[in-house]
Amino acid sequence: MEQLLPLLIIIPLVGLFIGVWINPSNESAIAWTAMTTVGLHLLFMVGFVAYWVFHQQPSLTLTSLELVATNDYRFGLDFYVDRLTAVYLLVGALLVLLVVIYSRYYLHRERGYKRFFLTTLFFYLGYVLIVVAGNLETMFIGWEVIGLSSFLLIAFYRGRYLPVQNALKVFSVYRLADVGLLLAMWMSHHLWHETITFAQMTNYERVHTQLQTHSGLDVVVGGMILLAAITKSAQFPFSAWLPRAIEGPTPSSAIFYGSLSVHIGVFLLLRTAPLWEQQPAIRLLMGGIGLLTSLMATGIAHVQASIKSQIAYACIAQIGIMFLEIALGFPTLALIHFAGHAFLRTYQLLVSPSIVSYLIRGQVYNPVPMTSTSMWPRRLRDTWYVWSLQEWNLNTLLYQLPQRGINWLGQHLSVLSPNRVMGLGLPLYGIGLLGAYHQEIIPSQLKHCLAIFFALIGLLFVLRSFTKRKNGWLSWLLVVMNPFWVALAVAYNEAFSVGQVQLYLSGVAMAGLVGAGCLRWLLSTEGRLPLSPYSGYAYPYPKLAFGFLLCCLGVAGFPITPTFVGEDVLFSHIHPHQATLASLVAMSFILNGLSTIRLYARIFLGPWPDTPYGTAHRSS
Amino acid sequence: MNGHTVFQKNQSPIPGGTSHPLFLEQAVLHELKHYLPAQAPLKDFVHHNPLHGFQHQPFERAIQQAAEVVGYRVLFSLEQFRSLYAAGRISESLLKAVLIERKGARQQELWTFNLLRKTYPALDAPRIGRLREGWKLYYQLDMDALVHPVLFRLLGNFLDQGIAVSAFPYRHLDFLSAVRAMEQSSLVSLFHSKRVRRLFHSNAYTIRDLLTLLVGQESLYKQYLFDQQLAHPGWSGMVAVIEHQPQSLLDPRRISLQEMIMLELLLELDALDTRFGEHWQPLGQYNVKPSIDLFAPIVPTEQWEVLCLWQQAYEWSYYDQVLAGIQSAAAESVLPTKSFQGIFCLDDRECSLRRYLESLDSTCETFGTPGFFNVAFYFQPQGANTYTKLCPAPVTPRHLIKELGGAGNWPKSIHFTKASQTLLRGVVISQTVGFWSALRLLLTVVRPAMSPGMASSYQHMQPGSRLTVEQTSVRQENGLQIGFTLDEMAERVEGLLTSIGLVKEFAPIVYVIGHGASSVNNPYYAAYDCGACSGRPGSVNARVICQMANHPNVRDRLRHKGIIIPAETQFLSGLHDTTRDDICFYDEALLSPANQQRHQQHIALFEQALDQNAKERSRRFDSIDSQLSAATIHAQIRRRSVSLFEPRPELNHATNAVCLIGQRSLSRNLFLDRRSFLNSYDYRLDPTGQALARIVQAATPVCGGINLEYFFSRVDTQKLGAGSKLPHNVMGLIGVTNGVNGDLRPGLPTQMTEVHDPVRLLMVIEQTPDVVLKAIQQAPQTYEWFLNEWVHLVVVHPHTRVLNRFKSGLFQPYQPRQKRVETITDLPALVASDPTNLPVFQLAQHA
Repeated sequence: MEQLLPLLIIIPLVGLFIGVWINPSNESAIAWTAMTTVGLHLLFMVGFVAYWVFHQQPSLTLTSLELVATNDYRFGLDFYVDRLTAVYLLVGALLVLLVVIYSRYYLHRERGYKRFFLTTLFFYLGYVLIVVAGNLETMFIGWEVIGLSSFLLIAFYRGRYLPVQNALKVFSVYRLADVGLLLAMWMSHHLWHETITFAQMTNYERVHTQLQTHSGLDVVVGGMILLAAITKSAQFPFSAWLPRAIEGPTPSSAIFYGSLSVHIGVFLLLRTAPLWEQQPAIRLLMGGIGLLTSLMATGIAHVQASIKSQIAYACIAQIGIMFLEIALGFPTLALIHFAGHAFLRTYQLLVSPSIVSYLIRGQVYNPVPMTSTSMWPRRLRDTWYVWSLQEWNLNTLLYQLPQRGINWLGQHLSVLSPNRVMGLGLPLYGIGLLGAYHQEIIPSQLKHCLAIFFALIGLLFVLRSFTKRKNGWLSWLLVVMNPFWVALAVAYNEAFSVGQVQLYLSGVAMAGLVGAGCLRWLLSTEGRLPLSPYSGYAYPYPKLAFGFLLCCLGVAGFPITPTFVGEDVLFSHIHPHQATLASLVAMSFILNGLSTIRLYARIFLGPWPDTPYGTAHRSS
Repeated sequence: MNGHTVFQKNQSPIPGGTSHPLFLEQAVLHELKHYLPAQAPLKDFVHHNPLHGFQHQPFERAIQQAAEVVGYRVLFSLEQFRSLYAAGRISESLLKAVLIERKGARQQELWTFNLLRKTYPALDAPRIGRLREGWKLYYQLDMDALVHPVLFRLLGNFLDQGIAVSAFPYRHLDFLSAVRAMEQSSLVSLFHSKRVRRLFHSNAYTIRDLLTLLVGQESLYKQYLFDQQLAHPGWSGMVAVIEHQPQSLLDPRRISLQEMIMLELLLELDALDTRFGEHWQPLGQYNVKPSIDLFAPIVPTEQWEVLCLWQQAYEWSYYDQVLAGIQSAAAESVLPTKSFQGIFCLDDRECSLRRYLESLDSTCETFGTPGFFNVAFYFQPQGANTYTKLCPAPVTPRHLIKELGGAGNWPKSIHFTKASQTLLRGVVISQTVGFWSALRLLLTVVRPAMSPGMASSYQHMQPGSRLTVEQTSVRQENGLQIGFTLDEMAERVEGLLTSIGLVKEFAPIVYVIGHGASSVNNPYYAAYDCGACSGRPGSVNARVICQMANHPNVRDRLRHKGIIIPAETQFLSGLHDTTRDDICFYDEALLSPANQQRHQQHIALFEQALDQNAKERSRRFDSIDSQLSAATIHAQIRRRSVSLFEPRPELNHATNAVCLIGQRSLSRNLFLDRRSFLNSYDYRLDPTGQALARIVQAATPVCGGINLEYFFSRVDTQKLGAGSKLPHNVMGLIGVTNGVNGDLRPGLPTQMTEVHDPVRLLMVIEQTPDVVLKAIQQAPQTYEWFLNEWVHLVVVHPHTRVLNRFKSGLFQPYQPRQKRVETITDLPALVASDPTNLPVFQLAQHA
């Protein structure tokens, strides 16, 4: 029975591959491909789950595909099915199927019909990967897929300013969640000296002897997982991204931000429960955040004058309660709560345009005056109102402040001109490389300092790229060089095989070169490469845009090149006590991903000045 | 310290002093409002010309100015015109004729080259926004990104009509006072800057004061305000509309554009103070360019001329067919006996239904008139506290009609309740109702059916109710007379019948059919109903006029006026649902037994015609196979109207292009593809043109407004249209936005306009040119439409059939290029085969 598990991934993957080849104007074929894929998947799953329930619901696990294995490291695609998986899979498949059927007519004649269905299928693939993953690494692949598909669907109307800007905002927050998970993976690897599977985690003895011998580290693992969960599920203080993500067509908003995507944090907590459930601190934090979020989000939901933002905040509040339920030790309750809630919000978002006729009719026939009375004193009531209106300033906290900090840094980094980058960077790198190959002559204390030094340079490069707004070339160069610095830094840290470095850098180098080619071509055709604010080249060059997006993903270590695995391998060479190095490298990963996607958005997304249907106002 | 001290330095020395001020606040606000979108809140959606601010100028000049000032797209692009030409949609001979007419035979070749081959540079960036660009250029400040979200949020919450669970605390005050009251009592502030907070609390500032701080140079103030407000035309326009029509909100609010601007200026000050402290130089210091005269007269360019020539050729390629068809129309054949008469709305959607009725029963006769049927009143449904206006938007009724008995029982849905948005009830609801939602969702997708969220035309009035048509007491309610007096009724009925030319030879039953639409998940539902009833279904008006016309005392009075309606004749009202293609009739029980029998036969006929009509409509819908039988298609059309996932329940006025004012014989044998407004008018009854003047005054703004709204929403789907409706988010029940932090989006969504051909309305009147000229000149605001060519006008001479085109105040003879229009015998086959706009055809004569 376990042998059937890969089919869960293969079905959506095949659908996606078939979909790619369909002519964009052939709406019916596109929709049918998506409907058949998800429909088959649902059928398969219903059969599978029925059989499985009939056989006393054993936890199934399958180690299917080993991607890399060294003596102390193994990266494999693992599958795991238990009750949690079954519920998430069935709810997800049913909702996606209904929404895909719904969208078949709803999206009719929309520019980007194919893009919509393929992205939805891609999202579904990511969702299934997370849900059936047997270890954190496999889950991480799905995690990244969901992040990217969210970005693409928020920026679905890429010809307008706000969707693109909001897509970038959401992607930035997601990146933080990625790093949370990455660090959790890194630490758990050092805890057990191997990739621990979820099946092994349920082995109480084993987990706890390890966790107890490494006191301190266990809290950090739990903390990182919690960080990933609260960001992905829009809990305090990351809530402001969710309403801003509602920019795409209503069905996609319903499936992502009303139901499936936003409940992934809940899934992560339920799945990794053995890692944190013995830690009162983590549970206290989890419950506290959940409770605080639900109070805050309810307050904010109550002052929303637009229907979708109201649903978004009400949704965050309910997820807060789910966090609380999990922290209190009621996973089954949380699971029921999730299922009902996902259906409820999806339906509410889908019927949200009806609210006008429904409420106006109510106003005509049964006018109920809107109330603002409350049992609170006036000053408190008004304070709460203003505070909720400002969304507790979470948006400022989350975006404007970091943005300001980065701008400040960028101004101070302007010394890194193209000439200096090449003139100083290359020789320095050469020296570094030379040293790395002759590590026996370097004292071991110095080695560690050098590792940090090179990681810092890598970070500076990517920071510079991030703040660079005028020169697309330099930005690309800096961002592509970052992984090389990181590799160098780690090389000083621990001797490991050249093969692993090659694994890591092969994808980056390839993607970097092709990406440079794309930019070169654009520059020679258009004669300029403006970055400010958004140039919209995806309109005239959709294929180039897609190609460049793939390059960006390659450079950012997205699971389409070996770099993704290499990234993980590289991390395994950083030791648990090297927090500085680990955080520098992690920062590099965050900013590297952000910087490439931002570059993509700035060049290819945004309004194109001359389309046959006009260009929207920036404010709309 | 109070707010005054801030201005001491910059205050103008003596108020009202000798120097002539460059900035007059009231004048600038007045002018600004002129250029803002005039779209009312969603429930009162009425079509209008989106470029109404430019309408005082000739069309071609006006659109060029609109493009240069605001950056609107106002016509198709050169490439689009060229591909239309290549596809044969712009006729070669018409293009030639247009070029010869406007450029002369000698220049024709040169201009043909210009139109077909020459390349032109991209148009200049608009003049709006150039001054405020300075914030980014000189201050590195993204002003709009900082100010808009806060401003939109405050406006949305203040104006909200019932979405929020907690309403704005001080909404009974005017906007600024409400915000100030909240700000003063709250422990956290909306502003970061102490200076701005102090200023706001002091309430001692004017727009001029704030502009002094922000801009500094008085000569730039006007430009600054235009830049600022046209950066978010949606909200500014909505505020201006609510300021002038507070009754457009059921839960009224006091707000003015002036207040909105003040708050926006304060927020801008706050953004600057937050970034730079209290010491920074106003924008005027950096702006070395002199102020731009935004509305300076335009300079004609070759490029614009090319576009306008294309547009003219495009329009006349279609008009010419229509005119050729009309000219060759057979003279009125006198029907021996009439089975029934039907009075419909002039709406373009009734065009094909009338055609099918006439072809199925060649002895019936149909008429068209604005769908309020000459009775203007407020309507109070049973159980409602508010009045609904049922007449064209500019009219202010003096009468009230109340609905008594038969209160509706509205279905409720827990999915729309606010309980699910609260915390604890939300927990319970999601774990219980949530699973019910899954089932609802499944049914929604596989078996669409009527649902509580639906806007149904038949809910407008309950069939079993009574209406207070006749005045019974002199008591007034809120200044309105309840019901009409007998004299008023007679006058209304007479007015209706003479205007359409139905004054003799009455059939036993005269149907008066209003129209409405049913849709679900559609914030634009009001735009689908009858425009002549202020965006409501026309059922009440139809019923009221029928009760009047059936009243024996009214008939007596009509007899004195020379209109003799036989006792046998009865008027029967009904409502045509244009989305579902259903008709329901009202007060059928009052029919005499003989008429009852006839009516039963007519019902069958109506059903057949509606099936056919549904089939013809289906050719535009991709999801329906038009080859199927009419009854099958009709079932699918009905299903479509209740499908949540169907953003195009019907296509509304899309493709409208022509308005015919004359006898039915003008077009009875023409296939006009539902593109024509049909207003009945008998020139013989109106030698002086008085009736025509009334018709033109009503029809021109209504049909012209519909036409231009579709025109501009089609050519600029983003700035003048509302973009795709798929991402729309309902804001405060008054408008839609994209996402949660954008501007309101006025105009029509692309789903409503995508099949529309942007051509101006061609009005064809059957009357002598001199009478028409007098009639259209009676009201200057009507004449402006024709003189400035926002609507084209052609007059058909009733006897000679000679065509005269109105141009620059004069009539000039027009001879269609096309000599004859093709005759079509198998109409159903044609409409089933082609989803695009069809040419004009002559219908084969019925046996």
